[in-house]
Amino acid sequence: MTTPEFSTALERLLLEDGPYLSCEECFERLDVYVESRLAGGPAQPDLEAHLRACPACAEDVASLTALLRDPPQG
Amino acid sequence: MTHPSAHAPATDRGAEPTDWVLALGTPGHEQTVAMRQLHGLLVRAAAHQVWRMRSLVDGCSPERVDEIANGAADVAMTTLLGKLHTFEGHSRFTTWAYKFALLQAASDVRQQAWRRQEVRLRDLDPSDLQLPDRRPGGPEQEAEALDLASAMARAMHECLTAYQRQIAVALLVDEVPIDVLAARLGTTRGALYKTVHVARTRLRAELTAMGYLDEPRATGAAAGQHTTDPAPEQP
Repeated sequence: MTTPEFSTALERLLLEDGPYLSCEECFERLDVYVESRLAGGPAQPDLEAHLRACPACAEDVASLTALLRDPPQG
Repeated sequence: MTHPSAHAPATDRGAEPTDWVLALGTPGHEQTVAMRQLHGLLVRAAAHQVWRMRSLVDGCSPERVDEIANGAADVAMTTLLGKLHTFEGHSRFTTWAYKFALLQAASDVRQQAWRRQEVRLRDLDPSDLQLPDRRPGGPEQEAEALDLASAMARAMHECLTAYQRQIAVALLVDEVPIDVLAARLGTTRGALYKTVHVARTRLRAELTAMGYLDEPRATGAAAGQHTTDPAPEQP
């Protein structure tokens, strides 16, 4: 039986978050990862699994990506 | 309302150092200028983050954005300078610097958004796993989903410690932001993530063993991940 596909607390509890990777390590790799992805670099499955599981880290990546695409003037 | 740019004095602008680490680390005029430029850069990044999260900011005026952004940039600058020696040049310095401001600003916005909300650790309530009103599929799928929810509730009580259950409920059921919860509990984001990672691993393993979930695919990246807990989390 597969997990029903609707967004609920149940789905969040069962979310596949990959091999353990800490928020600290995610932060350490953030800048290199975003630059690489913007340049068409390869996926990083362990980091991306963490991002699916951690909304705060996912926001950091999304925000940095947006910032690099449209840098602030100054 | 257009995106407000956080203000930085004219002296902060102009050519950036070609070697930020050297400029920031060498006492003298160049260091002073580099510090101002760095702070301006962090303020602008923090303002970008605050603007992204403006729906969470009370009275989101340009002045309010500036206030939060400057506060976040100040903290981010201190953190960054303490870690300056760790910059290895694998990314642009500005990209590396931006992330400190983004992290701090996002955390500050979340903390402020939750400042008047009580956060309490609680155990799982049967209603927590209630299904949404609109869901796909017919009666058979609905019955399967209800059965899974019931099995999950049992697994949470049988496989998790009380603390793991409370943290899982706070983060994954109540959706308290992880940094807000960390601040309230006097712990770290990383410690809480470790706790919820262990909880998810145990719950998936239990529900797989009970036949509610498919066996995980044995890829290179996933091999062994479901049975190995990281080092024990606190408490």
